[in-house]
Amino acid sequence: MVSTTEVKNPPAATSRRRRRRVRTLTRRDRIVVALLLGIPLLLDLAFVWFPALATVLLSFTKWTGVGGIHLKACTSKGTLPGLPQPGCIFGVQNYNQAFTVYPDFWPAVRHNAIWLLVFIVFATPLGMLFAVIIDRGIRGSRVYQSLLFLPVMLSLALIGIIWELIYAPNLGLLNTVLGRNGNNNLINWLGDPHLNLWAILVEASWRQAGYVMVLYLAGLKAVDPALREAAIVDGANAWQTFWRVVFPTLRPINIVILVVTVIESLRAFDLVYITSKGNPLRGLELLSVSVTQNIVGETQRIGFGSTLGVVLLVISLVPITAFLFQAFRKEDR
Amino acid sequence: MSDSGSAPTSGRPDVTTQLSRRTALKGLAGVAGLAAAPALVAACSSSKKSSSSSSSSGTSAVAGGNITFGSNYSDAAPKAAFASLCTSATSKTGVKITVNTTDHNTFQNNISSYLQGTPDDLATWFAGYRMQFFAAQGLLTPVDDVWDKIGGTFNDAAKNLSKGIDGKYYFVPLYNYPWVVFYNKSTFSSKGYTVPTTWDQFVTLAKQMKKDNLVPFAFADKDGWPALGTFDIINMRLNGYDYHIKLMKHEVPWTDKGVTAVFNQWAEILPYCQKGATGRIWQDSAKTLENKQAGMMFQGSNQVAANYSKANLSDLDFFVYPVINTQFGTDYMDAPTDGFILPKKAKNQAQAKAVLEYVGTGEAETTFLKTDAWDTGLANGLVAPTYNAIQKKAVSEIAKCKNVAQFMDRDTVPDMATAMIKLIQSFIDNPSASNISSIQKSAEAQAKTIFT
Amino acid sequence: MAISTATVIESGIAAPPRPRRRPISVGSVAAQIFMIVVCVLWILPIAFALYVSLRPEAETNRLGYVSVAHHFTFRNFSDAWSQSDMWRFFLNSVRITVPAVVITLLLASAVAFVVSRLSFKFNIPLLILFTAGNLLPQQVLITPLYRMYLAIHLPHFLSSSGLLYNSYAGLIVINISFQLGFCVFVLSNYMKTIPTEIDEAAIVDGASVWTRYWRLTLPLCRPAMAALATLLTTWIYNDFFWAITLISTGNKRPITSALANLQGQFVSNQNMISAAALMAAIPTLIVYVALQKQFIAGLALGSSKG
Repeated sequence: MVSTTEVKNPPAATSRRRRRRVRTLTRRDRIVVALLLGIPLLLDLAFVWFPALATVLLSFTKWTGVGGIHLKACTSKGTLPGLPQPGCIFGVQNYNQAFTVYPDFWPAVRHNAIWLLVFIVFATPLGMLFAVIIDRGIRGSRVYQSLLFLPVMLSLALIGIIWELIYAPNLGLLNTVLGRNGNNNLINWLGDPHLNLWAILVEASWRQAGYVMVLYLAGLKAVDPALREAAIVDGANAWQTFWRVVFPTLRPINIVILVVTVIESLRAFDLVYITSKGNPLRGLELLSVSVTQNIVGETQRIGFGSTLGVVLLVISLVPITAFLFQAFRKEDR
Repeated sequence: MSDSGSAPTSGRPDVTTQLSRRTALKGLAGVAGLAAAPALVAACSSSKKSSSSSSSSGTSAVAGGNITFGSNYSDAAPKAAFASLCTSATSKTGVKITVNTTDHNTFQNNISSYLQGTPDDLATWFAGYRMQFFAAQGLLTPVDDVWDKIGGTFNDAAKNLSKGIDGKYYFVPLYNYPWVVFYNKSTFSSKGYTVPTTWDQFVTLAKQMKKDNLVPFAFADKDGWPALGTFDIINMRLNGYDYHIKLMKHEVPWTDKGVTAVFNQWAEILPYCQKGATGRIWQDSAKTLENKQAGMMFQGSNQVAANYSKANLSDLDFFVYPVINTQFGTDYMDAPTDGFILPKKAKNQAQAKAVLEYVGTGEAETTFLKTDAWDTGLANGLVAPTYNAIQKKAVSEIAKCKNVAQFMDRDTVPDMATAMIKLIQSFIDNPSASNISSIQKSAEAQAKTIFT
Repeated sequence: MAISTATVIESGIAAPPRPRRRPISVGSVAAQIFMIVVCVLWILPIAFALYVSLRPEAETNRLGYVSVAHHFTFRNFSDAWSQSDMWRFFLNSVRITVPAVVITLLLASAVAFVVSRLSFKFNIPLLILFTAGNLLPQQVLITPLYRMYLAIHLPHFLSSSGLLYNSYAGLIVINISFQLGFCVFVLSNYMKTIPTEIDEAAIVDGASVWTRYWRLTLPLCRPAMAALATLLTTWIYNDFFWAITLISTGNKRPITSALANLQGQFVSNQNMISAAALMAAIPTLIVYVALQKQFIAGLALGSSKG
């Protein structure tokens, strides 16, 4: 809301500038500024922030998307059992159903958490390790960097498809190599609810490690070489130099990577969608997939899907706030 | 470029600004309309949308004309059959048809958005409650005027399947197909197997096949819906058709002991089913049958027979699911009917109806069946000259039934079918008594939220 | 922080690391072995997909994917291409990606210019608004967005559906809106590194705000814009979610989301699906080979802020 007012009178805001500004902007300049700022701001507000807020409102309704929403409480009588009625105010019933009846909810939360955990303890450190080794300038590091980064360029949809060749039950790479490709002993990598999340996480980590590697390399390059030289002169070995000297100076990039990791695990969607061909398989429930399924599924449960979306929103606000705090701390003082 | 509606890339500042301003105003209008709190709802209501869209499409409706046809016939074989139907429809009606093919599963998942959004002029869909559900929401155009002309083609059963809850017609059927147990004749003759007619014989045969190093039942459920067929047939064999329909409408609770009995019965043959079913697509298990690694497969002929190569099709045969409860014998089966709907928001209603009038003739069905060697036409007394042994047998077996069901995902609310898909997958992975009981509890809890 | 961003750009992130002469140690031998093993593992899925896609389906069905190839063929590629009219999906991708990237960069640079070059009271809140918007999960937005798309009407020349829903324009708009945040964030940081003296000189000469933006600042941002363009092209080209949810006509989908559709259509022929998937990767691979430096520099720009 603050920003809306500001769009209307940017000249007022700009006129209260510091001493260096001698003259105020001309009328034409003001219009230009208003446009330069106004158009993108409008797009951002209309297509990002408005939907985000509307999701919160919709989460208190019950609506199939057909026939508008009446601003009154839902009654339990229907014209025909199971047939959708016009939208109505459902209060916190959606939340209640999500937490109690909806069988996908807790598995989805758990799987999102596992996803995050695997990224934090496996994919991210792996990417950091790659970066550190490459940054040491060992022979062929350029080639290594290019190869490890390759998966980051591929879309997740494509990754899901090519990995199916590896996990295919009868013909696939993994089962053939393990000798488990007979009809009686095969390992059901993508179907078994105890295995499939881990199988998918291997795919996801395969991409995430390269991503983290590049981000981290950028950070490492910015470290003043003199710091390192000094540490080495002081007799520190490579391990000590990294942990005692380099790592602490990388705090900002570490936070960025942490945020990227959290956001990517909350957004995880494409791999699961393509692997399950639309209907999430058991063992692969994720919040993002459940939201989508309820909203664009054969019957749309807009209110309920929004409820799951709000849960996702609330969880995402934690890393988002952390990132914003990190990024804008200095300027805010 | 012009269609995408973007600013030019030349970068001439003035042009960009102008265009951007226009975009901005449009965006503003959109936001303003939606932001007014209660108006949010009104702006989204379907009635408003449909009225404004029909007024904006005033340029269409030219005699002859063009229509687009949304199709879920995405596998190569049915895609070809459907293309031949469209070609002949064009030559008979003069309406040019553009087919938009979307893969089967995606098409089903998106049907609600599709109908509310910008649907094609005609679309492939399923008969029964699954059609009535969308008709009752006002998303389909009634086609009673079409039925005035094609009514003579179909029997009462087909007519009832095409009607909405309000008694109006919303659907034109094309074919149906039975869910039966498929096998290779060569396998049965070389191993000396006989077709089982009772449950005990069925189980004995499965045991024998296992001994003979065959997978007794080729089985796949990654897509979710195939296993619903097994639930249906065991339910109808054990508890009958009326019970099936009541259960689908939630007039019988999912915790009923009849449902427990279905799961228990199923659990008896589950050890003889192909392992890893929840990770396998049905096409792959049909391949197992075709390669003679499996002895039997229970699925629709629209899937198994359609997936067979021409060379192997003559070896394929089927039998109806064996008797479990003599009270019901083999009186019922799933024989889903597929056909076409006319979305309310379609732009070329008149042309679409003209095409539907042609589709609802025996001639059109015969044309379709020239390329389709697995389905059976629904027109009265139709015996397409191209019918193979499978199709002829399918016609007679369906005719023997006292009643045919459509399929779980067509006889109940979509949400309930979706819920059951996951629960039945859970049963396949763990058919223990305790899991069956928790599945039933979860099904009932979800049914209560869905059927209110 | 500004200095670090600038150095990153100047040194070019993908440039070979500074050679450091050190004696061959056990550590570096171990590092070599580790990297070689990892790289083989990393390339394996892609190489394997290529291997399968080059073999006839009949052969791999009989022998499994892991077997010595008797025949190699491009049949799967040509069949996948012709059976699905794949050119159409590539064309859709171009129609969406090109305008979206160009407009995003223009709009983002405009915001970045205002908040970083014209001192302005709401700079920080504005930046926060944009940046945070980019970090929201897409699924949080989709419900109302979908309803909005069904409610907003467009003239026919902008959208053959008459709505924002199921139109190229719709996908372009959401890609722009969603990516704006990241670009604003990066570009404003970058612009802050440009000396203010340039502007002051221009103001003395009586330059308008527009001139200062268009003729002075933008040309100086070319390296950052190039890096962002590479990044945006890849991201928008690889977008799956928006296209899956906001485009209902299969033929209008860009290639990445059309893959899901193709997967359904070629369902029993994995060889052909991999061929289709690999073809879909070609544009990104070209970007990768030609512009890897820009791409990595773009990511570095976004992250080295702090």
